[in-house]
Amino acid sequence: MATTTPDLPRSRRPKGAARPGDRIFSGLSRGSGITLLVIMAAIAVFLTYRAVLAISQDSTNFFTTFEWNPAGNPPVFGIAVLAFGTVVSSIVAMVIAVPIAIGIALFISHYAPRKLAKPLAYVVDLLAAVPSIIYGLWGAIFLVPYLDGLNQWLDTYLGWTYIFDKSSDGVARNLFTVGILLAIMILPIITNVTREVFLQVPKMHEEAALALGATRWEVIRMSVLPFGRSGIISASMLGLGRALGETMAVAVVLSPSFLISGHLLDPGGGTFAQNIAAKFNEADEFGRDALIASGLVLFAITLLVNGAARWIIGRRKEYSGAAA
Amino acid sequence: MKLSRKNGLRASAIGALVVSGALVLSACGSDNNTEPTKGDGGKTSNSASSNIKCEGAKGQLLAAGSSAQKNAMDLWVKNFQAACEGVEVNYQGIGSGGGITKFNQGQVAFAGSDSALKEEEVAESQKICKGGKGVNLPMVGGPIAIGYKLEGVDNLVLDASTLAKIFDTKITKWNDPAIAKLNPGAKLPDTTIQAFHRSDESGTTQNLGKYLSTAAAADWKYDPKSKSWPAPGGQAANGSSGVATAVKDAEGSIGYFELSYATSNKISTVSINTGASAPVAATTENASKAIAAAKVKGTGNDVALSLDYATKAEGAYPLVLVTYEIACDKGNKAETLPTLKAFLNYAISEEGQKVLAEADYAPMPAEIAAKVRAIVPTLS
Repeated sequence: MATTTPDLPRSRRPKGAARPGDRIFSGLSRGSGITLLVIMAAIAVFLTYRAVLAISQDSTNFFTTFEWNPAGNPPVFGIAVLAFGTVVSSIVAMVIAVPIAIGIALFISHYAPRKLAKPLAYVVDLLAAVPSIIYGLWGAIFLVPYLDGLNQWLDTYLGWTYIFDKSSDGVARNLFTVGILLAIMILPIITNVTREVFLQVPKMHEEAALALGATRWEVIRMSVLPFGRSGIISASMLGLGRALGETMAVAVVLSPSFLISGHLLDPGGGTFAQNIAAKFNEADEFGRDALIASGLVLFAITLLVNGAARWIIGRRKEYSGAAA
Repeated sequence: MKLSRKNGLRASAIGALVVSGALVLSACGSDNNTEPTKGDGGKTSNSASSNIKCEGAKGQLLAAGSSAQKNAMDLWVKNFQAACEGVEVNYQGIGSGGGITKFNQGQVAFAGSDSALKEEEVAESQKICKGGKGVNLPMVGGPIAIGYKLEGVDNLVLDASTLAKIFDTKITKWNDPAIAKLNPGAKLPDTTIQAFHRSDESGTTQNLGKYLSTAAAADWKYDPKSKSWPAPGGQAANGSSGVATAVKDAEGSIGYFELSYATSNKISTVSINTGASAPVAATTENASKAIAAAKVKGTGNDVALSLDYATKAEGAYPLVLVTYEIACDKGNKAETLPTLKAFLNYAISEEGQKVLAEADYAPMPAEIAAKVRAIVPTLS
């Protein structure tokens, strides 16, 4: 379970009073911080170096090409399809997961009787412990056949929206199914963080609202949600980060193809991580460089997402005690 | 607190009971299992130990590569280790590309690959093979089965051209005239064909591509060397097992995978009309006949094959995969050389080739096997 650290003001010890323990500990923690930076820098350097090797040989535009054939002569590969698939499946996942996660978090923190809240929180944690390959197998063997019906229904009644128009036959190994699976996978992380934030809402706020005659829903709307907003956002960003990078589950469920289609129910598309997992084993040296180049793009997208989350949280610092 | 600790203790006690119970049970089970194998398998293991020559084999032999021959390797390794004490052969099925990379970095004694070494890979291998180079030794063959699921149709016959059109989604209905013509009398339904291919890169895809572009050049215009699926249409699944599962689950589906996946999933396979007098079924025996039609294109100690995908020989199933073991002809590491030779010797021996059929692989035809058998002892 996530633990919350009390938000104490950083204690400043007078300089002269440093004891060996202090020095060792500060050295260790500084070392950890530096290690992290070094690792990140090493990853970035490695990715960039190998990516440059590959992209300089690419005979087409790396960002707009709808094909992946680095073994060809001349090599042709581009990330357009992968970027599209990654972003779309993650958006579907967020649209499904965030409202449900907030609902679960509110239920656990404000509605459920204590006896039910604890086991429920535990079960949500359990979801996070399931390895992604298990989600993938479950998705491919169990979920996909059962989603055929839902797909038909969406096609019949919401086909006019274009995105739910199913234009080709085939089982539900599409970006929409991947989105649903990703939603289940990111549910626990979003639920946990938002729940912790909701529990941080000062009792005084809630009691003040109750004293004004607010119902429970009004209390939540007037005091809990505004207080928790930045927490919800940062939790969603954490979930989004996971959805963007999910590999095995997507690789097992999706029926990939190098086409961009707005019809989410048609099989096809692909994501960065899925493409790397599928191609890496048989790829030759150059093919691997090309895959690493696509990995660099995913790295950049993930950095952007995290940066955006930090920025949003930073803007609303006055509220978020435990949000980070 | 106290209470819960008590419960915890009790739970762990029960757990311990269950575990020890399971141990006892499984011990009984394994006893029961080993006895019959000792009884009737005794002959084979006895003869195995007499025929497998260990000749200085010792220690660990590392190898990596094609996952298509992983099951064959597992069989060989099991028999070899049973016969030669203190030897451990470790073959990792990481894919042909990965295997060749590891071989050329000197990390493994031999690599398994679905296709022969490319020129630049041979050049690179000279760094590791002091005074020699990497050579291709074909040891495992296998039919690539075209599996399908179609209610009420048992013996589907297709030819290269219809296969190409189906996998290229040019033929989309099961009752297409081209299919009907090859299957007189079959009740073909008016349903959509769901064609499945591999979503990952694989030598199986590459061999299917080579077959289609040789035997149906007019209908398959994609790059025959591509290890990833070159055509835009169809659906995909991950790995042979993924394709097999997809075909098994979806009515009206068709896909390709090694024969063992069709056998273990009980999937019907297509017989191919090659132009021979009767359509040829996907069996290990028929695959061996097709491999026999191959020409050796390698020179010297290299036995790289060029398969005749368009063969019309009677009973030859043309859609086959051959995997090579790749080792140095000269300049193998001294400490693993005896083990390497002993193991490859066993693999290509008559006995080693015979066990292949157990795992739905095809043995090498006599002529090619004899050639490889002559080369293995000369490795140095």
